[in-house]
Amino acid sequence: MTATPPPLAVHGLTLGYGDRVVLKDVAFTVKRGEIFIIMGGSGSGKSTVLRHVIGLGEPVKGAVFYGGVDFTTATADERNAILRRIGVLFQSGALWTSMTLLENVALPLEEYTDLTPGEIRDVASLKLDLVGLPGFEDYYPSEVSGGMQKRAALARAIALDPDVLLFDEPSAGLDPVSSRHLDDLILQLRDSLGATIVVVTHELASILAIGDDSIFLDADTRTAIAGGSPKELLAQSTDPRVLRFLTRGAEGAPGGRTNG
Amino acid sequence: MELTEQATFAVGSDAGNGALSIRLSGAWTLRRGLPSAERIEHEIAARRPSAVVFEVHELGAWDSALVTFLRHIEALCTRHHVAMHREALPAGVQRLLALAGAVREQPSVRRVSSRMPRVARLGTAALDLAANGVRTVTFIGDVTLATGRFVRGTARFRFRDLAVLVQECGARALPIVTLISVLVGMILAFVGAVQLERFGAQIYVADLVGVAMVREMGCIMTGIIMAGRTGSGFAAQIGTMQVTQEVDALTTLGIPAVDFLVLPRIVALCVMMPVLCVYADVLGIGGGAMVGTGMLDLTLPQYVHETASAITFTSLAAGVGKSVVFGALVGIAGCLRGMQAGRSSAAVGDAATSAVVTGIVLIIAADGVFAVLFNMLGI
Ligand SMILES: Nc1ncnc2c1ncn2[C@@H]1O[C@H](COP(=O)(O)OP(=O)(O)OP(=O)(O)O)[C@@H](O)[C@H]1O
Ligand SMILES: [Mg+2]
Repeated sequence: MTATPPPLAVHGLTLGYGDRVVLKDVAFTVKRGEIFIIMGGSGSGKSTVLRHVIGLGEPVKGAVFYGGVDFTTATADERNAILRRIGVLFQSGALWTSMTLLENVALPLEEYTDLTPGEIRDVASLKLDLVGLPGFEDYYPSEVSGGMQKRAALARAIALDPDVLLFDEPSAGLDPVSSRHLDDLILQLRDSLGATIVVVTHELASILAIGDDSIFLDADTRTAIAGGSPKELLAQSTDPRVLRFLTRGAEGAPGGRTNG
Repeated sequence: MELTEQATFAVGSDAGNGALSIRLSGAWTLRRGLPSAERIEHEIAARRPSAVVFEVHELGAWDSALVTFLRHIEALCTRHHVAMHREALPAGVQRLLALAGAVREQPSVRRVSSRMPRVARLGTAALDLAANGVRTVTFIGDVTLATGRFVRGTARFRFRDLAVLVQECGARALPIVTLISVLVGMILAFVGAVQLERFGAQIYVADLVGVAMVREMGCIMTGIIMAGRTGSGFAAQIGTMQVTQEVDALTTLGIPAVDFLVLPRIVALCVMMPVLCVYADVLGIGGGAMVGTGMLDLTLPQYVHETASAITFTSLAAGVGKSVVFGALVGIAGCLRGMQAGRSSAAVGDAATSAVVTGIVLIIAADGVFAVLFNMLGI
């Protein structure tokens, strides 16, 4: 194999909380510069996959590779080195409530770069401007709207210009226009910074607009039941569960196209 | 050589058209840091070029660091009314600059800077204090009304919550109350023994420990323990519920937060404090007896008899009565600080700290008031 290893690869991941297995045998590979969608209904384990991929939980079985390095068995130092190249946007935003938006974005820069305080301020302001929050530097998270918190959290996720960006429901809680704008922003980030992006979402419009590749998780069978380009899935999939999801219940319902 | 890797720029003039050209080279990344743009500012101010252009043939890797630097130059150009030509820059950089430059949302009001003149700060502090006072009085009023509803049986809370809270304030507090009361009893006995032994009046150690525990130490020590372990817990819990909007969720359901959250906590403390106080009294006297029988030549029956004759029902009732009041004060202080907490994690920490301080101050102050009252009433 001469090709460079993919930025993120997941092999045979079995995940659970305590004794309860939430997902079995999940495997996918994300190619460089690609936008990869993890989709599925509510409670199908999308956030769970994300948590385990960034090491917030130990998988029951399987392994996660970043650029060919096994993250699951890595030492604490190796893990930190990998994590520094990853940006995460949590489902709830998870901004630090006792810091201003600027301080939230500046913290990773203060910790991991040698920039001067003035430069850090400039870079952090740039990130806030990029997500459409100019002038809100000195606001606290509780003083801005939910959607603005989400965007500030996105600014924090991209603070260090990470190689791999992981977003959990980035457009949940945003109006359709902002949501569209966020999709554009994600595409821009990918195109201009060359980041590889994994998005957890069930926003159909987003999935079809930005997804290059995807995996579909199913709560009942507790596995990934489909994968591939979302547009092709919509056109070619014969699985009623996938079709029902991608057509908002219009297809695959009783009377609709069935598996066959 | 690393030279090509370091982010640098060279300033030159474009032949003919009077533009300032900036040649970027090396790796412009956050990790490597940024060169200072000061020289460019000088050049622009000195040469007054017709425009600023870029040469990027030697530019290596780049990320937001370069974009930040360019934004800085863009600001300089705007200030000096010089055009900046972005065309030569990498496409990604141009896109990011355009994206960042597109201002969509401006806050209606800029935040007030924290650097106000001294007089203004004094005034703000005074207003804050007044507002805080009003909130405190309002809260006490709310609690009083809720207590009225509780007595009439119309307050809206769940008995299941109350049961859990009673357990938390009572049974769970026993170990620490045990430890502290036995130690306090022993310390009192030690101090008394040293003094009284000189007059051959060792037997009065029992009186000293008994009266001190029952009238003062029992209720004060349990009050302080509860302020530390339970009052702070109440403040932290209610404060967190403010942060996560759980209190708002209750309010929108038409359930008064004071009924649902505050009342059961205060009731639980008022119910359990007297019990804990009597428990502390007994253990404190036990601690005194250990020292009395172990260090002095007293027998256990002697000690018990002397204690029993020293303690009156009135002093026991006074101690237990005070403990009910202390319980209410600790509960009110904890819940008040929680309800007043700001919506950040640091504010929750402050609320917990402040609940303990307020609780202890209130206990000591109330005890002083009781001392004066009891003295006037001759108890
Ligand atoms: N901390 C936890 N402890 C135990 N079980 C959990 C925990 N978090 C999630 N689960 C369970 O794991 C399953 C998957 O949850 P997860 O949060 O990953 O869903 P999701 O696909 O992200 O859903 P949504 O779209 O609603 O965010 C659910 O059945 C949930 O009950
Ligand atoms: Mg989720």
